[in-house]
Amino acid sequence: MGKQYETVIGLEVHVELATKTKIFCGCSTEFGGAPNTHTCPVCTGMPGSLPVLNKQVLAYAVAVGLATDCKITRYCKFDRKNYFYPDNPQNYQISQLYLPICRDGKVEIETESGKKFVGIHEIHMEEDAGKMIHDEGSDYSLVDYNRSGVPLIEIVSEPDMRSAEEVIAYLEKLRMLIQYLGASDCKMQEGSMRADVNLSVREVGSLEYGTRTEMKNLNSFSAITRAIAGEKARQIDLLEAGEKVVQETRRWDDNAGKSYAMRSKEDAQDYRYFPDPDLVPIVVTEEFLADIKAKQPEFREDKIARYKEEFDIPEYDIDIITGSKHMADIFEETVALGAQPKKVSNWLMVETLRLLKENNMDPEDIRFSPKHLAGLIKLTDAKAINSTVAKEVFEEMFKNDIDPENYVEEKGLKTVSDEGALRKTVEEVIANNPQSVEDYRNGKEKAIGFLVGQTMKAMKGKADPGMVNQLLKELL
Amino acid sequence: MNILNMTAVSLAAAIKNKEVTVMDATKAVLKQIEKTESTYNCYVTVDKDGALKQAQEIQGKIDSGELTGPLAGVPVAIKDNMCTEGLLTTCSSKMLGNFVPTYSSQAVINLQRAGAVIIGKTNMDEFAMGSTTETSAFGVTKNPWNQEHVPGGSSGGSAAAVAAEECYYALGSDTGGSIRQPASFCGVVGMKPTYGSVSRYGLIAYASSLDQIGPLCKDVTDCATIMEVITSHDQKDSTSVQREDTDFTSALVDDVKGMKIGIPRDYFGEGLDSEVKEAVLKAAEVLREKGATLEEFDLSLADYAIPAYYTIAAAEASSNLERFDGIKYGYRTESYKGLHNMYKKSRSEGFGAEVKRRIMLGSFVLSSGYYDAYYLKALRVKALIKNAFDEAFAKYDVILGPVAPTTAPKLGESLSDPIKMYLGDIYTISVNLAGLPGMSVPCGIDSKGLPIGLQLIGDCFKEKNIIRAAYTYEKARGAFGRKEEN
Repeated sequence: MGKQYETVIGLEVHVELATKTKIFCGCSTEFGGAPNTHTCPVCTGMPGSLPVLNKQVLAYAVAVGLATDCKITRYCKFDRKNYFYPDNPQNYQISQLYLPICRDGKVEIETESGKKFVGIHEIHMEEDAGKMIHDEGSDYSLVDYNRSGVPLIEIVSEPDMRSAEEVIAYLEKLRMLIQYLGASDCKMQEGSMRADVNLSVREVGSLEYGTRTEMKNLNSFSAITRAIAGEKARQIDLLEAGEKVVQETRRWDDNAGKSYAMRSKEDAQDYRYFPDPDLVPIVVTEEFLADIKAKQPEFREDKIARYKEEFDIPEYDIDIITGSKHMADIFEETVALGAQPKKVSNWLMVETLRLLKENNMDPEDIRFSPKHLAGLIKLTDAKAINSTVAKEVFEEMFKNDIDPENYVEEKGLKTVSDEGALRKTVEEVIANNPQSVEDYRNGKEKAIGFLVGQTMKAMKGKADPGMVNQLLKELL
Repeated sequence: MNILNMTAVSLAAAIKNKEVTVMDATKAVLKQIEKTESTYNCYVTVDKDGALKQAQEIQGKIDSGELTGPLAGVPVAIKDNMCTEGLLTTCSSKMLGNFVPTYSSQAVINLQRAGAVIIGKTNMDEFAMGSTTETSAFGVTKNPWNQEHVPGGSSGGSAAAVAAEECYYALGSDTGGSIRQPASFCGVVGMKPTYGSVSRYGLIAYASSLDQIGPLCKDVTDCATIMEVITSHDQKDSTSVQREDTDFTSALVDDVKGMKIGIPRDYFGEGLDSEVKEAVLKAAEVLREKGATLEEFDLSLADYAIPAYYTIAAAEASSNLERFDGIKYGYRTESYKGLHNMYKKSRSEGFGAEVKRRIMLGSFVLSSGYYDAYYLKALRVKALIKNAFDEAFAKYDVILGPVAPTTAPKLGESLSDPIKMYLGDIYTISVNLAGLPGMSVPCGIDSKGLPIGLQLIGDCFKEKNIIRAAYTYEKARGAFGRKEEN
């Protein structure tokens, strides 16, 4: 009977903030510009340039701190972390060590084994580095400073997690809170949310922590899950073989399903942190704090509770809709425009989710406006268009956020409710399809379906199928 | 009329009155440079073509009434640690021997808006580290009063250029006395403003929390006038202060009745040259005669100021100078193997000995395990020094003392003993640590024929008290200048 081991996990999560400009200069944070086009003397470390804090960064950091139950440091400073690397143009990163903006928080997570709190040790603000490009086979490297100076917050948890499941629940919780705040889109694949996993194992019952390793290069929740399993097994194997776990930083290779040692604690650099003399200390005033508190959104748990009270829609729908602040906003605004909640929910749950999936998009990427969704629902309520046309219009709306009313008008998609015109078409269909007519008269109920279809086709889909059915029965 | 010995303000007035043109003044300065620069080496770069072009443009703007300020058309020299767009900016270092900025420092922009003609960039101690201008990678600057002596430093090129009439005034920077001490050694007026008054944007940092740009010029009137032009609140510098009271010329008043002047006993103790002491105390007497009250007091912190200063300044410098790595701009070694070897060789070859000494000192005091014992302790000393000055300024309007313990040393004397050189900063560095304004005004000539400087220190944002005292003293003292001109 082998020993029983427990995994102890803490996370360092970097989140890229959704500010329009960089943390210490006015350059754009937009992703994907040509190399070194979103740069200036400040974010390329030119001599004599000076950093000036973008206040929105502070506002977002404080908002995240409040949402995670942290104490806000009312007098905080930036520190310089000194190390040489070409992606870091000043050869020091402006970060926070001694007085981080937030401390001692917690978030509640829920897994199959129940609810628990994960402690937040601290949250600090810092600048991102540039990007190095190493060309295979060439004897040089290139560096792009567009990302240099993009604002980040680093959220450092306590070693409170015990399984991959808890880690994922924690990350999802953070992502949800931050997305609700609008502080970041938190996309792991695009790197706007990055997590480093600190993991150690110990025998069940032991009160002391084992030696931990830090795992980097984790680009998705599934990679994190695999990396945790891999590292847990590796450490247990070492201990079982009577060897020691070395405190080191490891790089996860998700394709190989293995991790590799990057550097050990012995190689750890002395970063010579000290307060950045180019930046003045930040004093978080009562007014600033009150203002941010007042602007905190309704978070998911509260929203779910309210939806259950206010709207007669399934709990499953509520769960999906509130899973994205953006989707919840669309839902609420559409309902506020007079649409029936159940109908709004249906459009979101069926067609929207289908199109998101087909286009490989996130709910955050939804572009259609609540006004237009409400307009579409109004058109169907008034039976101005039938459900097939409505779906077609919705697809167009999803793609280009068109105004459904104008679109239906322009394309002539309105249901023909003029009975005379419809009756004429039905008569023609009957005349042109003697075989089906005969089948129907001989008791083949199904044949009428074919005739409805032919009529709809002749009407270019712009008829109310119920009305067509009724007319056919009447004329036959 | 010898237009070279005019002050900046009087030259601008003469230009306004159409007695001389901007071109006359610019050409006179360029001619003087041609004549004496090979002797003094005040400049790293003389921008002759640029100056002539500016002179023409500025004359046009004066004629059209667009430029009316009190410095319009006056040629100026800029210390080579302030970025000038399109003009070589070296910090007197091999490391930046090829660096041409794409932007100008805010202080330079302020001067340009006031119609200054930028003649060139002045020599300095490498990265402003030194007290003699001998650590420059581009040769030493010689003291125009006596070529065997240093001009002081680190703004030695700026001070010497003003004294040698190779410009009408100059900008320098002062981290531990780098404006006041060379001003004193070269017999010109120099002022370090209150920290935060002049934008540091574009000033290549030595020690960010102590650096401040200020003028070196011929008299107190020029000083107050230049101060009005260069002082500004700059959004690009977080440490820049919004000030309302920058009408410094309003303090050019020949009257110190009722002014309380404190004389710190510890500034007149051991180590102070007797001739310097005598001249400074004589200047104090002049102010007493003009109606000020003098009182001796104990500041008693000079012993701690030097170690605190060299700890803080070196710590900040070690980090500020990390960006000079041979990757993005500046010097890169010829041959190297891999990234770290390139860093190491570029920096070893690009920096001079004094800069390396301070980088090593700074890296040491910030390193893990020593941070508390050195850096944090130095910050506490800094706070105590500020407290001591606060107490003093509760009693006095101005503090008066010497600028430096001696007059300008001989070339080569100082670098052989860096500790002794560091000790020479004893009367100036406390002012930087406390963020105060300080001025050096010529107050005598010693038996070797070298000028002596009087230092006047004010409380934060109280430059006007200093200007008033200095102006009153200057009126009583009379003309001051090199013998050959007088």
